[in-house]
Amino acid sequence: MQALEDYLVIDFSQFLSGPSASLRLADMGARVIKIERAGVGDICRTLYTSNLKMNGESSVFHAINRNKESLAVDLKKEEDSEIVSELLKKADIMIHNFRPGVMERLGFDYDTVKKINPGIIYGEISGYGDVGQWKTKPGQDLLLQSLTGLTSLTGNATSGPVAMGLSIVDMLAGAHLAQGILACLYRKVIHQEGALVQISMMESAYDFQFETITTFMNDGNCLPERTEKNNANAYLGAPYGIYQTKNGYLALAMGSIPVLGQLLQCSPLMAYPESAQAFTQREEIKSIIAEHLLTDTTEKWLSILEPADIWCANVLNWHELMANEGFKVLDIVQEVEMKDGYTYQTTRCPIRIDGELLTSSKGSPKLGQDNQAILNEFIHLKTTANV
Amino acid sequence: MNRPLTGVLVLEFCQFLAGPSAGLKLADLGARVIKIERPDGGDACRQLSIKNLFVDEDSLLFHTINRNKESYAADLKNKEDLNCLKKLIAKADVMIHNFRPGVMEKIGLDYQQAQLINPKIIYGMVTGYGNKGPWANKPGQDLLVQAMSGLTYLSGKSTDGPVPFGLSVSDIMCGNHLVQGILAALIKRAKTQKSVLVEVSLLESLLDVQFEVLTTYLNDGGKLPERSQIDGSAHAYLSAPYAIYRTQDGYISLAMGDLKLIAEVIQSDISSFYACESDGFDKRDEIIAWLGQTFQTAPTDHWLKALEARGIWSAAVLDYQEATALSAYQHLEIEQDLELGNGQTLKTTVSPIRIDRQKLTAKKAAPRLGADNEKINLAFELK
Repeated sequence: MQALEDYLVIDFSQFLSGPSASLRLADMGARVIKIERAGVGDICRTLYTSNLKMNGESSVFHAINRNKESLAVDLKKEEDSEIVSELLKKADIMIHNFRPGVMERLGFDYDTVKKINPGIIYGEISGYGDVGQWKTKPGQDLLLQSLTGLTSLTGNATSGPVAMGLSIVDMLAGAHLAQGILACLYRKVIHQEGALVQISMMESAYDFQFETITTFMNDGNCLPERTEKNNANAYLGAPYGIYQTKNGYLALAMGSIPVLGQLLQCSPLMAYPESAQAFTQREEIKSIIAEHLLTDTTEKWLSILEPADIWCANVLNWHELMANEGFKVLDIVQEVEMKDGYTYQTTRCPIRIDGELLTSSKGSPKLGQDNQAILNEFIHLKTTANV
Repeated sequence: MNRPLTGVLVLEFCQFLAGPSAGLKLADLGARVIKIERPDGGDACRQLSIKNLFVDEDSLLFHTINRNKESYAADLKNKEDLNCLKKLIAKADVMIHNFRPGVMEKIGLDYQQAQLINPKIIYGMVTGYGNKGPWANKPGQDLLVQAMSGLTYLSGKSTDGPVPFGLSVSDIMCGNHLVQGILAALIKRAKTQKSVLVEVSLLESLLDVQFEVLTTYLNDGGKLPERSQIDGSAHAYLSAPYAIYRTQDGYISLAMGDLKLIAEVIQSDISSFYACESDGFDKRDEIIAWLGQTFQTAPTDHWLKALEARGIWSAAVLDYQEATALSAYQHLEIEQDLELGNGQTLKTTVSPIRIDRQKLTAKKAAPRLGADNEKINLAFELK
């Protein structure tokens, strides 16, 4: 059996943070119904998220929303709102990522939903929490990266602020929401209690930086200093970084500088015998390594360093990665099929349970494709809803 | 509030970050987490410092990752110690480890043998690259996994070469995935009353982090990401204006938005680049460079006022000193003080999860190596 078999998730969320959490729950076996605005749907279907349309909608939407159903409704209409209430009575979990105040206006805030379903686990993601002047600001990934100091960690000292090139805060918030929901689902199994789980993107961004921000709090508020070249972590000493070689790149994590000097036959490195120098003189050490590694190929350096147990690796792009047997054995690509027969390839859930891959062949839903089936199954009201 | 994992006992046979960050999340959710450590030195992270910061004998880094846990020192190669651990495993709900493939088999604490000791054990494993194939025995280290996963071609500019994320993103995401898997396993076990095996790897976690852009790659004929050539570019797959721009006195970031409206608000004529939405993708670099010239002519606050007034997604780019001074940082109560036991305290972050409107604060500092041996020996009748 799958871990979340027989659980029903009603998901009002859009874009990435909330929907990435419900995707995880779906892959663990839950049934996820997206509640979408009739006519438009999750904005991620259409707007700004990808230059690639697949079957008429953004590639990103298809990645995030596979293995889910779609119910299209107009929550401002009473009959549609009643339909959603009926679903919520039977739901185990509800998710939304509207700004604070929106669910209160729509009548689906926690206190209201709890009255019709006291056992519900209600999960919400905000940008900056629900108090203070920040609560109404847009909780968007790049903005959160910018506002939490995250852009001062990546790239070189001379690059100015550098964003991490993925919506990492959204994904962290989604991961934390899934954790909170799963933990409370466990509590519900044991104690029959419902729960409110709240995540803010700002707290998630700092949790991601917990090591560096704790260092900041405890060393007199010193700011992180990236190296001028080959930076990979502002807080680590040489050789930590990625270096160009004659024919590509080499990632070099840890290793004593004189040992590296011997192995690479790079005598200038022998001038740094003390381990503290790897940090205090990291700029010059990195420069020496960078210059030296240019003189031969990545393969040559790997053939010297790997047998000596120095932590290093080739730097791969996706073509190179996917051509490698080490990638193929992971079996991480799966094909899914939409209701209209359109198929596409995507990745699977990264967690294995009892040795099994959590795959599902169900593709993303067209807007409102499950309306009739859901109404037939859940709604016994004599409604004339337009859905 | 009754913490959700109250009563759950977790044994953490882990070092460094991926596994221990999962242990920390479980601890804050209410589990009792016991680190099982080598008597000679313990978790190697105890001596791994950043900026040479130590709290007593252990690094600040270790304290950050291992607060709210207990420590039990045991030598896995010593028969007597191993017997004690087996008794402890018999009473545990969860055990997690991040040894390389084969190590636990040799010790006799692999999943099959753990099941014999405790048929209801939840057994979590973290590896670098899974446990088969040519990479199975490679060191599972964050920067190396970033390098091998393709992730380094997503940040920075196209002229930069590979740019890694400046944090241990594979460790942290993998730790998050391990927590999810263990929690799902607890739910499953509550129904089946049987043991559950949960496996995650750093590489699979980093592929999952790239799931949106990998899905695009898998369906666009295999085009590699094309980062912008312009300073401040923030995403290889998103259209202009998505970037960080230099202003007269700092930097401002602009997320996705209606380019025509943005151009109107900042009074920058983009008509020679922009006619329809697809131009935001096709002429991304030209537009970002063009907008960048305008942003340099006035301070960040000037632009923010104008942009926010029209609902355009924008923010100032802050360093830690500025960021931690925001009222939102205070309102969200991101910091907590740990009690070090000698009247001193240590500042760090709190769990990012709120349950029933309460933060999951915990004052307990990281344990000294073997600090809890005596108590645990007694309570679980191990000796």
